[in-house]
Amino acid sequence: CRERRELPCRSSSFETPIKYGRFYCNFIILSQPCPIQFVLSFPPGFPPSCSPSVPLPFTMSHGTTTLAFIFQGGVIAAADTRSSCNGLVACPASQKILPVHSHLVGTTSGTSADCALWKRILARELRLYQLRHGRRLSTAGAAKLLAHMLHPFKGTELCVAATLCGWDGGERPSLYYVCSDGTRLQGELFSVGSGSPYAYSVLDGGVRWGLTVEEATSLARQAVYRATHRDAYSGNCVDVYHITSKGWARRDREDQLQPRFQKSWEAV
Amino acid sequence: MTCSIFLQNKYVMYQDKMFKLSDKILLLCVGEAGDTVQFAEYIQKNIQLYKMRNGYELSPTAAANFTRKNLADYLRSRTPYHVNLLLAGFDETDGPGLYFMDYLSALAKAPFAAHGYGAYLTLSILDRYYRPDLTRDEAVELLKKCIEELNKRLIINLPSFSVRLIDKDGIHDLEKLVPVGAK
Repeated sequence: CRERRELPCRSSSFETPIKYGRFYCNFIILSQPCPIQFVLSFPPGFPPSCSPSVPLPFTMSHGTTTLAFIFQGGVIAAADTRSSCNGLVACPASQKILPVHSHLVGTTSGTSADCALWKRILARELRLYQLRHGRRLSTAGAAKLLAHMLHPFKGTELCVAATLCGWDGGERPSLYYVCSDGTRLQGELFSVGSGSPYAYSVLDGGVRWGLTVEEATSLARQAVYRATHRDAYSGNCVDVYHITSKGWARRDREDQLQPRFQKSWEAV
Repeated sequence: MTCSIFLQNKYVMYQDKMFKLSDKILLLCVGEAGDTVQFAEYIQKNIQLYKMRNGYELSPTAAANFTRKNLADYLRSRTPYHVNLLLAGFDETDGPGLYFMDYLSALAKAPFAAHGYGAYLTLSILDRYYRPDLTRDEAVELLKKCIEELNKRLIINLPSFSVRLIDKDGIHDLEKLVPVGAK
């Protein structure tokens, strides 16, 4: 595992009882792999890690479509609900958009166990920050925190690609993409996963600042639908979350095989 | 001048690759995703810490050597940083200086430098037309020549370049350069 010298990434008043990086790396590598691993996406031919080899039970493969964009009404985050596992649909009703706190939501792509774990760690760290400093950390700060927490695991098989969608301090929405290879980018439109090129092409033609909330949600659903149509590893239902100054709100999960939904899509 | 385009999983995102180390020093950092930002921010914060502790800023030469030393220290560890750097600064006594560093922690002071595939195309233009006594406008014209050549011959489309100038008054943002015909 990585034995990088400790980078000064947190101030001394921000100590947490669990040390990251070296300690956590040992813990994760030495634990036995589960017989079935629910995987959202994993690039084939991933570079081999430097850890003592834990043999993978099967080759991993990609499998998700998530997207998020900013418009005048806030932030829309949408994702499909299929968890795939090398050609098998392990779970047709998984949740790929996880709320972190009342004004921050994260879409997840990568290994679903890694994403769920790190989202919970992020939620814990943000809550601790809020209790210690009396104010909520901004989305930029949350993204930076997550990026610094994931950096010690670079080169291992950890795979997390998340977009953090949040509303900062009652002022404006913001959107950050954080990846376990260390990337951290701010933007107004992101799509992540194997179905992302299909979603990008639909979104690039339709996303404008002046969309109404209904137009934005239907555009997000359409983009995920088109991606699931073309991508084998995305499918089943669509989850949509809408983040405003009042917090996040979850739309009903819509099954894409419903004729009502298909008709409204084909009519466009 | 650095191109402000960054490739993320084959799709295009925009990112600023220049990091301000102090009032008169800029670090341009390219290479592996994640490593660039982590390493550049580490150097940036340490340079600022030096200023806070000692009351004066590091000179560009000292900053370049400090950066190179850090790269060299990590080179033979299990986690080397795969980054290529250009450090540009203005010293009151020595004048302007440009330092070229690569991921093997080589350090060279040079009148002009480039990293990446674009270097193959632009270095000979810089060899041909560079003079130490260029004026500011002539220097920008030389940059435009380089960008036109990249636009013509480089297979990757680089739509916009951010340009900064460092002189005795500090760092100045110049107009973004957009090659003709690029989107």
